[in-house]
This record gives sequence, structure tokens and C-alpha cells, in this order.
Amino acid sequence: MRRYLHFLWACFRLSFVGDWRYHAWMTVLTVIALTGLYAYCQQLVHGLQTTGMTDQVSWGAYIANFTYLVGLAAAAAMLVIPVYVYRNLQLHDVVIFGELLAVSVIVMCLLFVNVDLGRPDRFMHLFWRFNFPLSMLTWDVIALNGYLLLNLHICGYLIYSAYCGRTPSKAFYIPFVFIAIVWAVSIHTVTAFLYVGLGGRPFWNSAIIAPRFLASAFAAGPSFIILTLQIVRRFTAHYVADDALLTLRRIVQVAMIMNIFLLGCELFVEFYTDTAHVASARYLYFGLHGRHALVPWIWTAVLFDLLALALLVLPASRGLPALNLACVLSIVGIWIEKGMGLIVPAFIPTPLGEIVEYQPTVNEILVCFGIWAFGLLLYTVFVRVSVPVLAGEITAPGARPAAGAH
Amino acid sequence: MPANESHPMAGALPPDDGRPPQLTRRGFLSKGAVALAGASAVAAALSPLRELKPGDIPSLEQFLQKHYKEMTADEKHAAIARIAREVAARYGVQPNVADPPPLSGVEFVYALNISRCIGCRKCVYACVAENNPSRAPEIQYIRVLKMEKGSINIETADHHYDPPVVPGPDSYYMPVQCHQCAKPPCVKVCPVEATWQEPDGITVIDYDWCIGCRYCAAACPYWARRFNFAEPQIPAEKLNPDMSYLSNRPRPKGVMEKCTFCLQRTRVGRMPACVEVCPTGSRKFGNVLDPESEVAYILKHKRAFVLKEDVGTLPRFFYYFDERGSRYHEPIAPIQPEPGGGA
Repeated sequence: MRRYLHFLWACFRLSFVGDWRYHAWMTVLTVIALTGLYAYCQQLVHGLQTTGMTDQVSWGAYIANFTYLVGLAAAAAMLVIPVYVYRNLQLHDVVIFGELLAVSVIVMCLLFVNVDLGRPDRFMHLFWRFNFPLSMLTWDVIALNGYLLLNLHICGYLIYSAYCGRTPSKAFYIPFVFIAIVWAVSIHTVTAFLYVGLGGRPFWNSAIIAPRFLASAFAAGPSFIILTLQIVRRFTAHYVADDALLTLRRIVQVAMIMNIFLLGCELFVEFYTDTAHVASARYLYFGLHGRHALVPWIWTAVLFDLLALALLVLPASRGLPALNLACVLSIVGIWIEKGMGLIVPAFIPTPLGEIVEYQPTVNEILVCFGIWAFGLLLYTVFVRVSVPVLAGEITAPGARPAAGAH
Repeated sequence: MPANESHPMAGALPPDDGRPPQLTRRGFLSKGAVALAGASAVAAALSPLRELKPGDIPSLEQFLQKHYKEMTADEKHAAIARIAREVAARYGVQPNVADPPPLSGVEFVYALNISRCIGCRKCVYACVAENNPSRAPEIQYIRVLKMEKGSINIETADHHYDPPVVPGPDSYYMPVQCHQCAKPPCVKVCPVEATWQEPDGITVIDYDWCIGCRYCAAACPYWARRFNFAEPQIPAEKLNPDMSYLSNRPRPKGVMEKCTFCLQRTRVGRMPACVEVCPTGSRKFGNVLDPESEVAYILKHKRAFVLKEDVGTLPRFFYYFDERGSRYHEPIAPIQPEPGGGA
């Protein structure tokens, strides 16, 4: 226990050590996070009227970001599966960065859900009357917190073992790794079920949403990890092989093909059938009764997805510049498609046919940026601490350094 | 692996042997300055909280208050006394806060005659006067849709019609409010059971339990739920002092609300405000389990239907229209299939 507190103390001190670039990056993130906190305090005082949400469009940017980030967290499984199921050696050394990303991103998800609550002071009510198993939101509470705990345990155990100079015991983490793989799929499935189970919202009430969620998550998530790993390689002493990035490229490639295919299936059903239920999709893609706030966004997303797909299937993306471009395009494209493109149009028109558009306010956007900055801050600290510890540079007093112990 | 000094995250920890680190004057000042800057940045970020009014922070009593269904009679009494105190303090009006229980053998249903409704919206404003919703921002439980004759597609309805006189030509009107469904999706999705269906069929909300996630609003196919995006504003002279715990007591910021069939009236034998005010008699309300009731008669004899039957929520709110023509025809024998096949 004493040793564990020592470990936490060492981690805490490590997170403040770095050169001016590190400090500048952390300062910028802190400033944005605190600006977000300021905006959130405004929201606490004045209520959710500080957002662009209305009774007509009752979920907006918060829930959109939440949905996207659940996918990003689930995508850690795309690093874990090759390593632990297929024994891929290139990814072995970097899998922990995926798991740490999952931890930071789940924290962001929980923050996004919490800032969306009208009464965050009553959060405790979840513990007193938990409408399980009827409400899908309670499933999501279990899925997200369970996934957070699993990944915290796996990462924490591996890093602490390295700190103590011990070889991690497989019995203490391998079973959890496999549970986490299934759990990763479940978090995104349950999040999809949150939406698809509502008969009053035909735009969501479609079985294809859960598979689409997974396909887009497994495209955007590994794209994010490809970029992250290059940053880790550039800015820390940790070595990341190009082969690891190219393995992830293949995952993004397949996932993007499936994502576009499923999107096409959805569009066919909506527009070929052309029932009254197509109204939301029509609003999203073409505008409805002269309202078309989302139209430029969704076509940007479609364009980005298609460009990313083209790049990914071409040999050019075996080179890093093209691969990075494809990754950025799929991250942004899927963020639009799955965030604003999936949440907002389900509310337009309303179940009574009224068309009220949604535009996030500055305050709402600041809160979103604040949460993203806080998540990046958390992830930077995780990487900052885990790289030297896993390399055996920081060890417990008296422990033998065991380089590359994990 | 040796630390490579070119990396921004490189650099080992200063030795930590348990003794406080040696401080130089310069080091102390710079660290102190950074800590001070950090602390003031956090204080600046939290500064909007100074605007919180005393009533915005839940008292210990409110914080510890149980779910409505778990409260004992004494606890309900205490909660009602607290609500009365708060209303008196805020509005300067001594309210009469009740908690009428559902009556046994009663299941309320509503029937609305779309042949008669003229779209005057008197029901909308009678409801507002009765139920103490926020006036700014404005919350209304009833939305009257102006429909084109020859169509029952609500997606082409006009929500914001504003002619000098109603009814307009070639249109009919379809008021929509909470349909008090027998299979309510809003109740199913609530993560904290803050909303439930009472034995008399009314779906209610415990405003002191709702966490404001708005999942119920997403689930409702009839757009019947309203959210308090801001602290509700009600002019003191407009406050209806006859209120009940589960319906028209003033709501706090950040919770859901909706039509409760005026349970503060209907559970003590009165009609909902919208029924009472309707100048055309289009609105009918009563106990469907009572065969002598008007609504039982309507459901038995009129051409009643529910909105969006396909979503399967079994509304207790029916629309009907008056028969003309066929029902007044002399009875004739329907065509019988001829023996030996063919029609």
C-alpha cells in the first residue's frame, strides 16, 4: 500500500516534468479546460438555456460528442484483438496506449453525459432507484463505468508491475483483457440501443444503427490511434514501428469500407422506400421546407468519408503522409456523420411535424472544447507517466528495473 | 532505454528521498508564481457560481428527500410543508398544497371531438393558468395543430396559425397533449424512475427526483414533455395556489414536466381546466370504467381513433368525429355471398 502511494506520488511528480514544449502544451490544454469549466459554471447558474437545445431539439452537441467518443473508446479493442487474439507482435508494444486512450475517452464520455443533465446535483438518484433493466440509459451507465474500470485495472496493473520491477502475472490481467474486448463491443452496441429503441423517432428506429456505430468507430478510433502513436513516437522515447501503424491502416481500411457500405444500405432504404418516415433523412441530406442547416455538414462528412476510403484503398496510404490525411478525413467525417448527423436530425421534424433547427451556442461549444482539452490533458499525463515507467526508468525504491516488462 | 534529451517529455524526476526538496529563493518564487496563477485561473473559472441564489443550492432536506413512492406519510407531510414554505417565500402567496391519491375503480380517458374543435386555443391558456408552468421561458402542454382537410398527416400541420378568426376555411384542428399512454415509452426509458404511471392511468413526474436527462422527451412520440431550460418565471398574481405534489406545484429549473390530466382537480371530482373552458364542448373527460360515463359512451358509439396507433403506446387520449350520413341512413341488408361461390 505504501509502495502504491509512492507510485502515485511519483506519477504525480512526473506529470509536471518536461521541457518548455511539454509545459506549453499542458498550459494551453489547462487554459481551454478551465474556459470550459467557466462556461459550465455559467450553465449551472442559468440552466440549459445557455445551450442551443430546445423542447423541439432536446439533445445536441453534448450527446453528439458523447456518442462519437463512446466509439473512440471502443476502438481500443482494435489494438487489443490483434495483440491478444492473433499475437501480433508489432502492436504488442503499443497496445497500452490504446487502453490508456480508452480510459481518457470514457472519462470524457461521462463528462459529456453529466454536463447534459439538468440536475447534476441529483446524480445520486441513480444509486437509489436504478431503472434496470428497462431503461437503456442504465445499461449504458453500467457498460461505460465497467469499461472504465476494466481498462483502468489493465493499464494500472501493467504500469505498476513495471514500476515494481515485477513481471506482470497473466492471471491478473489476461482474463480482463478478453472481457474488455467483448465489453468494448457492448458499450457501443448499448449506446446505439439507447437511440434505436425509440419507436417515436423513425430516424433512429433502425436495426442498422448499431452495426453502423461499430463500423464507424472501428474506422475513426484506429485512425485516431495511428495519429496518436506517431505523436508518441515523435515526442517521447518510446519506439513505435511503422509496421504497427500499417497494421492499424488495414483495420481502418476494412472498417471504412463497411461503414460506407452500411451508410449506403441505410440511404437506400430511406430514400427508395420514401415513406413519411424519410423526413429526418431528407432534412439532413437535402433540407426540408426551406430549412437546411445540416446539409453542408453532412455532405462534407460524406465527401471526407469517401476521400478517406479512396486514399485507404490506394497503395499511396502505405506512406505516412497519405495515411495521416486519410486518418484526419475519417476522424472528422465520422465525427460529423455520427455526432451532429445522427443525433440532431432525429429531432427534426418533431413527432408533431414542427421544424425547429438546432445551433449550438458559444457557451455550449466552450464546454465541449473544455471537455476535449481535459481528455487530452489526461491522456498526455498518462503517456507522460507510462513511457518512462514501462521503460524501467522509474522504479520503486529497491526494485530491480525490468526494462520492457509488459 | 536512456532518456533522450530531445524529447519534450524526457527528463528524470528529481530525487525524492522523503526529505523536503532544497528550495532556492528563485525556485520558491517561480513555483509560487505558477501556483498562484493556477489557483487564480481556477477561481476565475468557478466565478459564475457566485451568481447562484440561495434557492439554487439544494438544502440538506431537499438533498436527502426520498423518491415519492418511498416516502412515509410523515415524510410526505414534511415535503408538502417545505413546498408550501418555499412557495410562500417566493411568491408571497399561501398555497394549498395537496396530494390527492388515485381513486380506486377509476381509469381516466380523454376524448376530443375533431368535428367540433374550432382551434381557438382557449384550452392552451386555461391549462397554463391552472398548472403553473413557466411563463418565461414559455411552457405550454397543449399544442393545437391546424390540419388541412383531406389529410391526417401531422407532418404538414400548421403549429403557428394566427388568423383574426377561427375556424379557418378548409381546415380542421387537432389539439395534442400528453396521451397518458398505457404503455408509456417515457416511463420505460427514465433511468431513475422519476416518472411512472399511476393506477388511474395518469403518468406523473416527481419533480424532486428527475435528473433532467431528457431521455423521456426523446422517447415520447407525441412531443408531450417539456423541460425547464431555465428557472421558471411565474408572476405572483398568476400563481394558482391550489396545487398538488405530483402535478401543478411550481417546478424547479432543470426538470421535466407535462400534462397530468389536471389530477389536482380530477382526483377530487372536477374536470380538467381544458375541458371546462372549451367553448364548443369538443373536450370530454371521465372514468372509462364507469359504463354510465360520457367517455364510455363515446368510445362505444362514436368513431374514435388514436394518433399514431402504429407506435403501439396505447394512448388514453382519443379523437373522434361526429357521424353524418351513413349512420342516419335507413338500415338495409348487406349483400350476402351467393350460395355456390362468388360474391
